[in-house]
Amino acid sequence: MKLIKVEHAYKIYKNGTTAVADLSVSIDKGEFVFVIGSTGSGKSTFIKMLYREEKPTNGSVIVGGIDVAKLRNSKVYKLRRKLGVVFQDYKLLPKLTVYENVAFALETLGLPNNEIRPKVLKAIDAVGLKEKTRNLPNQLSGGEQQRVAIARAIVNEPKLLICDEPTGNLDPETSKEIMAILDKINQESETTIIMATHDKELVNKMKKRVLVIEDGVLVSDTKKGSYKVHESIKNPKKKYS
Amino acid sequence: MKALRILRRSIRDSFKSIFRNFSLSMASILCTTITLILVAISLFLSYNVRQITKTLEHELTIVVYLSPETTEKQKIEIENDLKTMENVSEYKIKSKEEWKAEMKKENETLDTTLEYLTENPLLDSIIVTVDEVRNLHETTEKLKKYDFVESAEYGEGMVENILGVFDTISIGTMSIVIALVLVTAFLISNTIKLTILSRKTQIEIKRLVGASNIAIKLPFIFEGFILGIFGSIIPVLLSIYGYTILFNETGGYVFTRIITLVNPFPFVFQVSIILVIIGSIVGMIGSWLSVRKHLKI
Ligand SMILES: Nc1ncnc2c1ncn2[C@@H]1O[C@H](COP(=O)(O)OP(=O)(O)OP(=O)(O)O)[C@@H](O)[C@H]1O
Ligand SMILES: [Mg+2]
Repeated sequence: MKLIKVEHAYKIYKNGTTAVADLSVSIDKGEFVFVIGSTGSGKSTFIKMLYREEKPTNGSVIVGGIDVAKLRNSKVYKLRRKLGVVFQDYKLLPKLTVYENVAFALETLGLPNNEIRPKVLKAIDAVGLKEKTRNLPNQLSGGEQQRVAIARAIVNEPKLLICDEPTGNLDPETSKEIMAILDKINQESETTIIMATHDKELVNKMKKRVLVIEDGVLVSDTKKGSYKVHESIKNPKKKYS
Repeated sequence: MKALRILRRSIRDSFKSIFRNFSLSMASILCTTITLILVAISLFLSYNVRQITKTLEHELTIVVYLSPETTEKQKIEIENDLKTMENVSEYKIKSKEEWKAEMKKENETLDTTLEYLTENPLLDSIIVTVDEVRNLHETTEKLKKYDFVESAEYGEGMVENILGVFDTISIGTMSIVIALVLVTAFLISNTIKLTILSRKTQIEIKRLVGASNIAIKLPFIFEGFILGIFGSIIPVLLSIYGYTILFNETGGYVFTRIITLVNPFPFVFQVSIILVIIGSIVGMIGSWLSVRKHLKI
């Protein structure tokens, strides 16, 4: 079953920049997909359209049965509840502990405390931070902070996990740990993961599906792909289906 | 249940935020307090003025003196006119004999003087009570137009002055109150703006994890509401105790026994409810303005 179906999507920003052009791709449930491309190529823009941070200017973007292009602002939350998002800069609340940061998501959704607790502990356990539930973010390493962010993103057991350069601020060793966690989430709970990255080594090692975007255009889509952008540009549009 | 939990957590967040931005919250609360104290004063003034005006309406009369040549026919004519005349609530004939008797009772010298006179020098009169004190003058003028009316009088000047002072007081307090309400709403909206800005990440995360717009906005609206309620505490206490003490100290009278103050109970409680309502509404309007402007979601 297709979880994501993008057809001829365009994103033209108000200042006239065409960040994504005529992008079509579909992604199955449970897939792990890398999105790579040089800086400014449109990776983040593509990802932002998936969780409706940006509205596609043209074309259709359907995520989990919701037509993102037609989704009204006041209904965006319905889409957001089906997915989790992780960023390069973690976006944790500095005055809240690890536990509170993860619980925050469920609290705002109005879950009762006795349901929140087991879910939060499970998510924290899944990212291996059981020992640090009472720590504040500034008492954690970068990798640990990113793990808190991942725990928060998966605490509501979403079908889709979107990561925009989650290892961008981390050293190679820590990046590997994060990748191991994401891989485990992908395998164990069949969560679909889409991850934009610059990290050549990671992509090459993981042997997952790779989408290459250059200048807003999807130039390559390979199963068990690797980080070979330049060749794909010379030899474009090897479409995956 | 779920809505209730969101509500409860919103209220908790609002309280946290108020204490986190303590000095700013205090400024908003103080401004609300001052505004509401003035609102209270203007309420007390206007209610009492209304009561006093009502009293005056019953006490103030036009005395119409009929010339000695007035015939019985003319008396019937004016009586008939008075029955249908605008602004006349009732009238009473007071003959010169009645006047004489009254004067004799009041003053001994007059008593003996009047005894010496064989002819009663006083005039027959009609005492007219009006519906609307503000139109006292017009009605008097109308009555003066009869040929056989010697004169028509009321507490000229005094009434106009009192009513004029009352009008000035209510217009003055009203405009001050409106200006202060606006300032308060603005100050509260400013407080909420800073709260919103200081919680940018929190709002972003809430949006990201799928909180509905209402769930995101609610804590800010509550914050304004709570600021307004806090601001109304002192004015409410002042109203209840202040007015009751004033009433007891003066015995409920101002200047003369004619002008009585409105009884404090349940009056002060009605005023208190109005103050709390105004405070909370101004608070919510202030935060709503800010949410609309700075929380574009
Ligand atoms: N809000 C915006 N308004 C206008 N232009 C934008 C906006 N966001 C991004 N762009 C432009 O759109 C293009 C694609 O940007 P995007 O952030 O998607 O690239 P990216 O592939 O994520 O880059 P990086 O690898 O550096 O994160 C760039 O030219 C960028 O300048
Ligand atoms: Mg980017």
